Amino acid sequence: MTARIGVVTFPGSLDDGDARRAVRVAGGESVALWHGDADLKGVDAVVLPGGFSYGDYLRCGAIARFAPVMSVIVEAAREGMPVLGICNGFQILCESHLLPGALTRNDSLHFVCRDQRLRIESPSTAWTSQYVHGQEIVIPLKNGEGGYVADERTLDELEGDGRVVARYLDINPNGSRRNIAGICNEAGNVVGLMPHPEHAVEDLTGPSTDGLGFFASVLSLLVAVGSL
Amino acid sequence: MAHHIDLVSEAAGTPDIEQPFAELGLKADEYQRIREILERRPTSAELAMYSVMWSEHCSYKSSKVHLRAFGDKKPDTDVLLVGIGENAGVVDVGDGWAVTFKIESHNHPSYVEPYQGAATGIGGIVRDILSMGARPMAVMDPLRFGDPDHPDTRRVLTGVVSGIAGYGNCLGLPNIGGEVVFDPSYQGNPLVNALCVGAMRHEDIHLANATGVGNLVVLYGARTGGDGIGGVSVLASETFDEGGPAKRPSVQVGDPFMEKLLIECTLEVLHAGLVEGIQDLGGAGISCATSELASNGEGGMHVELDRVPLRDSSLTPEEILMSESQERMCAVVVPENIDAFLAICEKWDVTATVIGEVTDTGRLIITWHGEVIVDVPPRTVAHEGPVYNRPMQRPDWLDTLAANDPLTLPRPTDAQQVRDTWWVMAGSPNLASKLWVTSQYDRYVLGNTVLAQPEDSGMIRIDEESGLGVAISTDCNGRIAKLDPYIGAQHALAEAYRNVATTGATPLAVTNCLNFGSPEDPEVMWQFSQAVEGLADACLQLGIPVTGGNVSFYNQTGDVAIHPTPVVGVLGVIDDVQRRTPMSWKPGDSILLLGETRDDLAGSEWAHEVHRHLGGRPPTVDLEAERSLGRLLVWACRDGLLSAAHDVSDGGLAQTLTDMAIHTGLGASVSIPDGADPFMLLWSETTTRVVVSVDREHLAAFLAMCAEHRQTVTPLGRVASNSADPALVVERVYGGTVTLPLGDLRAVSEATFPRLVR
Repeated sequence: MTARIGVVTFPGSLDDGDARRAVRVAGGESVALWHGDADLKGVDAVVLPGGFSYGDYLRCGAIARFAPVMSVIVEAAREGMPVLGICNGFQILCESHLLPGALTRNDSLHFVCRDQRLRIESPSTAWTSQYVHGQEIVIPLKNGEGGYVADERTLDELEGDGRVVARYLDINPNGSRRNIAGICNEAGNVVGLMPHPEHAVEDLTGPSTDGLGFFASVLSLLVAVGSL
Repeated sequence: MAHHIDLVSEAAGTPDIEQPFAELGLKADEYQRIREILERRPTSAELAMYSVMWSEHCSYKSSKVHLRAFGDKKPDTDVLLVGIGENAGVVDVGDGWAVTFKIESHNHPSYVEPYQGAATGIGGIVRDILSMGARPMAVMDPLRFGDPDHPDTRRVLTGVVSGIAGYGNCLGLPNIGGEVVFDPSYQGNPLVNALCVGAMRHEDIHLANATGVGNLVVLYGARTGGDGIGGVSVLASETFDEGGPAKRPSVQVGDPFMEKLLIECTLEVLHAGLVEGIQDLGGAGISCATSELASNGEGGMHVELDRVPLRDSSLTPEEILMSESQERMCAVVVPENIDAFLAICEKWDVTATVIGEVTDTGRLIITWHGEVIVDVPPRTVAHEGPVYNRPMQRPDWLDTLAANDPLTLPRPTDAQQVRDTWWVMAGSPNLASKLWVTSQYDRYVLGNTVLAQPEDSGMIRIDEESGLGVAISTDCNGRIAKLDPYIGAQHALAEAYRNVATTGATPLAVTNCLNFGSPEDPEVMWQFSQAVEGLADACLQLGIPVTGGNVSFYNQTGDVAIHPTPVVGVLGVIDDVQRRTPMSWKPGDSILLLGETRDDLAGSEWAHEVHRHLGGRPPTVDLEAERSLGRLLVWACRDGLLSAAHDVSDGGLAQTLTDMAIHTGLGASVSIPDGADPFMLLWSETTTRVVVSVDREHLAAFLAMCAEHRQTVTPLGRVASNSADPALVVERVYGGTVTLPLGDLRAVSEATFPRLVR
């Protein structure tokens, strides 16, 4: 059996097709979810893809947070459903208060697209169990507002609780505090990640296939739960 | 004060009213012709329409007589599904797939307001592709700027790159290549060309026809505002003069989020079968869309202009007709489908309004609150504009330029000087790493990018099942075109053709963006006609048709025109992108140079960078040799014989080796062959040359294939194995050895752009 993973399309979502492809390549069934429908179509997990939802008007993710689909996602996430927010999805998770902190304009003031080396800091989330602690991976990074910020106490808490999921290596591409590339909630089912694992699932089109592990992780978790 | 509405019913009775035709860019005789067509004076709304549609940008009035060559000399081919004259040409790439691609200029707006100029350049070309029924798949941007050290260059460069990034990234189209070239000739006239490629199934091709009497004309997308009024007539069809009025209100303002919605919404209404004819709104806005749709269809249309949704309620009818507000489309819809059409627009939050209907009156009639303000035969607006056979004159200075032979320039004569030259060239703005530019563009979105800058071509996958894909390259060396525009255009085509073949794709079709000075200058007109002839002749010889393109005139400030710059884009097809040939060589590969090197320094990057020299006779373009080399590269790719390939062009062999080494981080050891002059081998820019790297297993088979193709092959050396301190080592350089550590070479190459924009 396999799991059904929903990928939300907001107006201005750009990497929704890529996220659905990544789910398929990892062996899952992808289900398209529409921002205007408060309906999860019975999916087992959700990906909020990259892009510029609502044109990034007002503030990245600030309008998407109020989309009808988000009300049911927030509820399901609080009950433990795995949710991965990539790039704009990460911004939406922060705006929805499923994750602490915020993403700000890159310190370079430029959009940056590069193959980014990361270190997986926590393999104990729903989306990273297929990696080992300290594993180094290369996946694309592309953002204009990817600088992760939070107050010092929150940052200390994230570090202390092992909720920093991934960290930038070589360079800090956007001015994120403590080189943070991704974080999770206390339960580990909600993960926000600024780089793009869905663009690293095929050797042909990506810098590696290192991104596949995020999707394989949640699928193995869901299949394991389903077979109990 | 209320705006006076100039009605058709009043125009006949007031023949002597003075009309501002000159301010709108019309000549006196053109204005006279409008009066003859209408048998009265035009209303102010009609005058506005004719002025924008008869502008150089929309009517091609100076270029039309020359552009016929592309049709007259069209090679015998069955790949063309839609030819020149539609929004974009469409090419059959097999398996039921069709690909449409086109390149356009947005030069003038990008000088006035670099960010919005460049951004809306992308927006416009993407809508052209969309209006053919295709899903836009990727964009590319050939860019040309003035002297890199001029204080204004930084403003234009940073603004243009930010605009392309800001719009393209938000639109969700990968940017897979292009060019960045500096030359003082572009100082007041930067060239911002934008290419878009899209794919569709054959049955999804749509055209801009308003057929079916009683069918509804729907305007959808952004509301109409006061931006870009007269953009085509004021900006793109006139020379910039010192001290003229500010032209910023003529530049459009883009909203990529709206364009993204427009793409998804348009593809959904097309796939639902709800559209009879479709046209994007670009230059000349509603004037263009309504007159072209009507002219291509039943011949008549009635438009209620007061129904157009506005951003600014104070706009006059003339302004609404001329506005170039972005992100708008026009569709012709059968009445029974209109509810379904509007429902899909509502789903995407796209404003859609029925503004009129198709008629069989043969007239385009536009009303304003029930009163007729336009009543014209649409063909006279859209297709029967003035045609000029402008005077041409071969410039006298060409002979002086040709006599100024670069072979007499001082050049390096020992290993140390070769090494010094290598550093200078690697860090020169035209050859340096473009990473500062390309790292601001999303090349990953949509997940089909197989090759992107700095590879020879951009390559995208069209069909995920079969691996069918296309490769595209755009090229032009304006200096060569200055020396000889006929050869310059062929040189550009040959290079783009070679770049496509280098990646393993079979060249199939051509688009072009012809950037020139003022057509009113007989010398510029001569350059233009020569370039068109050269390109048409070369396309015929290579067997690849021109599918469409764009002419940009008036790229000059005062009397000084830009170098003639016929940018040529070539599209190739590859039946499985898995097999493509990248430029990344592998450890232990043999490095081979294909093609012969002659003493070609005229127009070269070395002459430009080291001596600021332009003169001599340009390199010969041997199209038969190009064709043969191209075939060899495609066959070798198909048989899996090549590890890597990279063409030899700007900066010569030295730059090709530099690119390949930096790209992989693998050094190499090469040696100057017997009988070759080291300097000439390294920096000559003889055409029809490619460097390939081949592993031990495939070397014999590849050399046999070369022999079969009678291809000259020169072994140069070998790629080094992985090492902590990789270097490019060149032996037998005037009796010495040149060692170039890759770390330093990369640092020099990557330092240039950050320095230029600081």
